Amino acid sequence: MSAPAAAPAVARTHVVRLPGFSTRVHPRTVLVCGILAAVVVVLFLVSLATGDYRLTLGQVTSALTGHADGLVRTVVLDWRLPRATLALLFGAALGLGGAVFQSLTRNPLGSPDIIGFDSGAYTGALVVMLWWHGGVGQQTTAAVVGGLATACAVYLLAYRRGVQGFRLIIVGIGVSAMLGAFNTWLILTSRLQDAMGAAAFGAGSLNEVGYGQLWAALAVLGVLVPAVLALGRRMRLLEMGDDAARQLGVPAEPTRLLLVAVGVGLTATVTAIAGPIAFVALVAPQVARRLVASPGTTLVGSALTGAVLLQSADWTAQHLVPTTPLPVGVVTVVLGGSYFVWLLVKEGIRS
Amino acid sequence: MTRLQVRDASLGYDRRLISEHLDLDVPDGAFTVVVGPNACGKSTLLRALARLLRPSAGSVVLDGRDIHSYRAKEVARRLGLLPQSSVAPDGITVEELVARGRHPHQRLLQQWTTQDEEVVQEAMAATGVTALAGRLVDELSGGQRQRVWVAMALAQETDLLLLDEPTTFLDVAHQIELLELFRHLNVDRGRTLVAVLHDLNHACRYADHIVAMADGRVVAQGSPADVVTAELVHEVFGLPAHVFADPVAGTPLVVPSGPPGSAFGPDRRYDGARRAEPAPEPAVV
Repeated sequence: MSAPAAAPAVARTHVVRLPGFSTRVHPRTVLVCGILAAVVVVLFLVSLATGDYRLTLGQVTSALTGHADGLVRTVVLDWRLPRATLALLFGAALGLGGAVFQSLTRNPLGSPDIIGFDSGAYTGALVVMLWWHGGVGQQTTAAVVGGLATACAVYLLAYRRGVQGFRLIIVGIGVSAMLGAFNTWLILTSRLQDAMGAAAFGAGSLNEVGYGQLWAALAVLGVLVPAVLALGRRMRLLEMGDDAARQLGVPAEPTRLLLVAVGVGLTATVTAIAGPIAFVALVAPQVARRLVASPGTTLVGSALTGAVLLQSADWTAQHLVPTTPLPVGVVTVVLGGSYFVWLLVKEGIRS
Repeated sequence: MTRLQVRDASLGYDRRLISEHLDLDVPDGAFTVVVGPNACGKSTLLRALARLLRPSAGSVVLDGRDIHSYRAKEVARRLGLLPQSSVAPDGITVEELVARGRHPHQRLLQQWTTQDEEVVQEAMAATGVTALAGRLVDELSGGQRQRVWVAMALAQETDLLLLDEPTTFLDVAHQIELLELFRHLNVDRGRTLVAVLHDLNHACRYADHIVAMADGRVVAQGSPADVVTAELVHEVFGLPAHVFADPVAGTPLVVPSGPPGSAFGPDRRYDGARRAEPAPEPAVV
């Protein structure tokens, strides 16, 4: 009698058991993530092969495996590889950061670019850029510090016997607006040349990145990405509410604080190196969740979707106007705008 | 000495104290029901018993040790709580939600053992939700959903189970159905239950042990027949009432003594402000 009704549960999950290891996976999650990963690889290779100097797939793979010389090697390894890798890594980092905050706030708007962490990182970079005329290293540090300081401020202002999602978003939007005004003021009162540099950084761009930035990003993300994946189970239990999670043995507030720190770290790393790249963190987890159709937030799916989004956005930014490479932030803003239009239309149809 | 005790505890939020010098022994193997008016400290007590609230003085003792000296997961293997409100994640199925109750027993590399599987199936069978296993929790009725949450608490395999207003928002048949399930868990499975209930007559009919609270204090406790009297109902709820023997179960049956229009006495016409409502418990927003 119960067999037909129970059937979907059986189809939805698959049990993996090895000696000393057991887990359950959703076949659909595995399939979707596999496809996304394949798309990531394709986009990565395409971005290495295309540009002013076109290469074949064979040339790209031979350069990557160390069998190419001369110009091909220079184009792939020296010119294009750092940027293509960073687009992939930063997309994944933004997707993860967005997923963490949307899970914490239980709200699709709870993304780091909406609740002020990007603005704060930008403020940090601006202050160093315009007041101290510091170099790239100092700018990067200041952006991370700015992002973390903003996160602390938002967390403390929203704290009332623990932090709840909605208050965090409202406080974040307020802080973000104030920082935005401050950032504008900083730019308006600076010299023209400084202001132009600051505005270029403010758009969010991967046009100037090289190996220095790549190694820095790898070092930071190499710590943060495993950390966030390790917190994933606790994060999903926290989505059921603090009482439900705590009675299952999840320390709610410490977990939340760790997640905030890791989430801010992921976003601030990107902002520090490439400037604020908006909307990837907002959109990626939402798209991923619809593709994967698993309960709650999907971390791996969000990371892969973020990578696909930023890779395609960056490729478009490079090639849309043949003579002028655009900042990738310009493309992601268009992406974000389209997402909101789609959301409005969908909600409009539903109501 | 019982497994779960409150010892001279002060309970409250921030600087607002709700209970002081509270003592309580939760009888092992019994179905205990806590009753009392709104904001009398029932839920606060339950949260303290479940380690969700740390007493500002005194202690809650679980198996002879201060409950806060255990690791959170260790407590979660001995004691479960069905909170007043939980959020089912979007798109989660019944079986997946029940499986989350296994968290305290799982480790990073052992996330789904055959034992996990069996316990989840058993928990669903015990609560009668096996046929709903593959359904989305969002699509269920209130009564079905509440049984799923109970199944999740059962999957936690704890001898002690705390239930915070489990029957609120359910129609009378679903309330009775759930109470029958609790009785079954208590009598046939030997679980110790503590539930906060609003319906005094349900409490009288199902509880082995009633704890009546008012203003953060335990006013009376004992078997329903010993405890639930007209005087107690008046003292605790401020409601004049008769207490009869329930013609079906023989347990106390509480009936307000005044007819409609004069429930609080013939000379007490409703004037909108007669009963001073205590301040509501602070909502955790």
